[in-house]
Amino acid sequence: MTPEHVIADHPLTYDVVVVGGGNAALCAAIAARRAGASVIVLEAASKFYRGGNTRHTRNMRCAHDAATATLSGPYPEEEFWDDLLRVTEGETNEQLARMMIRESKDMLDWIAEQGVRFQPSLGGTLSLGRTNSFFLGGGRAMLNALYLTAERLGVDVIYEAEVVALDIDTDRFRAAIVQQPDGRLRVRGNALVAAAGGFESNIDKLVEGWGEIARNFLIRGTPNNRGTVLDLLLAGGVDSIGDPTQCHAVAIDARAPKYDGGIITRLDCIVFGIVVNTNCERFYDEGEDVWPKRYAIWGRLVAAQPDQIAYIIFDAKSANLFMPSLYPAIEAASIGELAGKLGLDAERLSATVTKFNTSVRDGDFNPDILDNCRTENLTPPKSHWARRIETGPYYAYPVRPGITFTYLGVRVDHEARMMMKTGGPAQNMYAAGEIMAGNVLGRGYAAGIGMTIGSVFGRIAGSGAARHAAQ
Amino acid sequence: MQRSEALTEADRLMTICNSCRYCEGLCAVFPAMEMRRAFTGGDLNYLAHLCHACGACYVDCQFSPPHEFDVRVPAVLARVRHESYADYAWPRALAPLFRRNGLAIAVITVLSIAAFILGLAAFNAPSTWLESRHGPGSFYALMPHNAMALLFGAAFLWAAVAFIMGARAFWNDIGEPSATLAKPRPLLRAIRDAASLRYLDGGGVGCYNEDERPSDNRRFYHHLTFYGFLLCFASTSVATLYHYLLQREAPYPLWDLPVVLGTLGGIGIVIGPIGLYAAKRKREPAMMDGGSRGMDVAFLAMLVLAGATGLALLLLRETRAMDVLLALHLGAVFALFVTMPYGKFVHGLYRFMALVRYARERHSAELEARST
Ligand SMILES: Cc1cc2nc3c(=O)[nH]c(=O)nc-3n(C[C@H](O)[C@H](O)[C@H](O)COP(=O)(O)OP(=O)(O)OC[C@H]3O[C@@H](n4cnc5c(N)ncnc54)[C@H](O)[C@@H]3O)c2cc1C
Ligand code: SF4
Ligand code: SF4
Repeated sequence: MTPEHVIADHPLTYDVVVVGGGNAALCAAIAARRAGASVIVLEAASKFYRGGNTRHTRNMRCAHDAATATLSGPYPEEEFWDDLLRVTEGETNEQLARMMIRESKDMLDWIAEQGVRFQPSLGGTLSLGRTNSFFLGGGRAMLNALYLTAERLGVDVIYEAEVVALDIDTDRFRAAIVQQPDGRLRVRGNALVAAAGGFESNIDKLVEGWGEIARNFLIRGTPNNRGTVLDLLLAGGVDSIGDPTQCHAVAIDARAPKYDGGIITRLDCIVFGIVVNTNCERFYDEGEDVWPKRYAIWGRLVAAQPDQIAYIIFDAKSANLFMPSLYPAIEAASIGELAGKLGLDAERLSATVTKFNTSVRDGDFNPDILDNCRTENLTPPKSHWARRIETGPYYAYPVRPGITFTYLGVRVDHEARMMMKTGGPAQNMYAAGEIMAGNVLGRGYAAGIGMTIGSVFGRIAGSGAARHAAQ
Repeated sequence: MQRSEALTEADRLMTICNSCRYCEGLCAVFPAMEMRRAFTGGDLNYLAHLCHACGACYVDCQFSPPHEFDVRVPAVLARVRHESYADYAWPRALAPLFRRNGLAIAVITVLSIAAFILGLAAFNAPSTWLESRHGPGSFYALMPHNAMALLFGAAFLWAAVAFIMGARAFWNDIGEPSATLAKPRPLLRAIRDAASLRYLDGGGVGCYNEDERPSDNRRFYHHLTFYGFLLCFASTSVATLYHYLLQREAPYPLWDLPVVLGTLGGIGIVIGPIGLYAAKRKREPAMMDGGSRGMDVAFLAMLVLAGATGLALLLLRETRAMDVLLALHLGAVFALFVTMPYGKFVHGLYRFMALVRYARERHSAELEARST
């Protein structure tokens, strides 16, 4: 982007320029403002869509030593670390991750001080009542509270302000160039906090990593996280971290809209049925583990199937065992008829179901524990909750990979300061949230960690940027 | 039975909300919804009457318009409530009064006031009409107490029967056993929830009106209106007791109980509805059911009219304006009573009953959870 495209200079030079408008951005903006800096938030979305993927969130994972009004028991740092280690299979920066977990203990109180409200601790519905705090009214309510606080403190916010260029001098941020509906604006600042999310909504960029199959992916959240700022930073000499194909991807209803379908398109019935691809073949153990634990692997599994689509098949016995979802299940009186409705080969599907049924070994079915209903002599096996699919009507949900967020990002240090390719930290550039999540989450996912990364690194980045700007 | 558009839309929304549940901490609607997987018409009516229109679930929802899922829970539940009023109306023949309710109520009020003015004028000799009168019994010089008691007693009875029949229709529709109404625990819970407008608090911060900034204005003005109405009712009841038990005739001195209650109540039903109306004018249109605007405004206007004429009568009862003001006030109050079962007033009745059922359901669910 050449300077000729810039039609106006913002009259002010801010201490801290925050790019993005989600949880990470707002935590940074509030922390910087509370530290005395002048702050502007540049948000690509309109006011309604402000806050990217944060709009769709429900809860946040924080370590704590004792039960609180919103959490049903202690969740020690060490246990959090074990959980993170397990889901990432070691793909994490231990120093940063441990620091984040330590800092997370303070976050619930801090976030609440910014006006965000939490639900009283829930009974077991989601089995997260001990580790995760739930926002009262969900992520958008949480964002509304953060924006009100930021505005009250005097943070300037501009909407429909997409950052399209960055003026970076070697390792020093000078200005952000913003595309607005009526032209371009140059916003100068003494420090930058990049909190503009990942690149999951940029299909072309997903194709670079995944190949053409990525065109069949659905994006669960905002269409605005296109990775523009990430690209600009990497082009500006910032070091990257992570693998472009690593992301949080679950199987969601194939009928969901391309973007922004949010939480209600998820399906948690896989453990109760079988999953087949377009060739009517099963391809993974549907009963490997309880649903929340294995939830995040199915996006990848479906992505590897022909046409990136699969079908969950179950019968009337299981129809009410899971959370309802947005679209009704496709229903039929027989497996053959169901195949017809799904556009699958009726004989093959019947054969797969029959083979599955004959391999089922009866046990005591119990959806709450790893029960002893399993298959024998079947590949892949179904290790738990295996019950014959024999009671009509029969049901199916078509599923596709639903991308939540990506992990390739900018490398940061423990002050959330970006690291340059040439080695050493940038002078005045900080990052928080999805855009640097890969430092902590190299792969895998544990529910509620997105908010932890954004809040902890957001607050650190905001105070760091304010300190730098004051020098 | 074919479902109305509003019920169909409410069903769609409740299906979405049931797969989302982010709003479950905001009010009673969402926990009640979570106890069901599919929704009958009665279920939807029940949920609609549990909604206090605080707006929180609209402002907090990631799928409210312009999102393509177009989730507008407060507006759609308001629509369902509005339709249900006509469905429960007794006698059935009067259900159409809910259709162009603003107009209907205005006409009835004007007719009622006109009848009182003409009636008082006709039954009083021209020489005594518009004379200034003083002291106890001066009202009854104009209209005999027995005539007043008979007329208002009949209007009150009519309203009471219509309410009871409406309540029955609602209870049958939502399929709740009548035994629930005799259980003290849910009743007490519901009385507490209704009296405090517990669910008009947006989950704790106040309700939402013109934007995402919560405020407690609507709850405050609703309290003024509701308690103002109760005080007026109490004033009338005390006056009736005075009349029959103590043989003391109105008008009473300013410091006397009926006047104190009536004055405070009158102030409440004047300021409260005006505040509610002002909030309504500023309210985000996407949170409202446009179709019930006439009904809402008509009811607010009726309360203000009854309150304002009552206060004016109090101030000017020693002057020659008394006769006209008495006719105006009696006409307004009479119209208020006879139209109550056919206007916005009924929302309080059904909401209260929905709260009773909710309290019962919650309690049953807790017992079940404890026993498993
Ligand atoms: C359906 C769904 C449910 C989820 N549930 C949870 C949950 O319960 N708990 C949890 O912890 N995590 C959850 N996540 C993950 C979580 O949403 C993310 O980890 C988190 O939102 C990241 O925060 P962020 O501030 O970094 O990014 P975002 O919240 O995505 O914000 C990025 C912001 O940057 C803006 N932006 C992008 N590009 C530009 C640009 N060029 N110029 C200016 N602005 C730009 C966007 O408009 C957006 O406002 C969920 C995600 C989805 C999709
Ligand atoms: S109103 Fe919106 S956020 Fe609330 S439960 Fe319904 S869909 Fe979810
Ligand atoms: S408007 Fe308020 S009371 Fe009504 S459903 Fe929404 S949150 Fe509940």
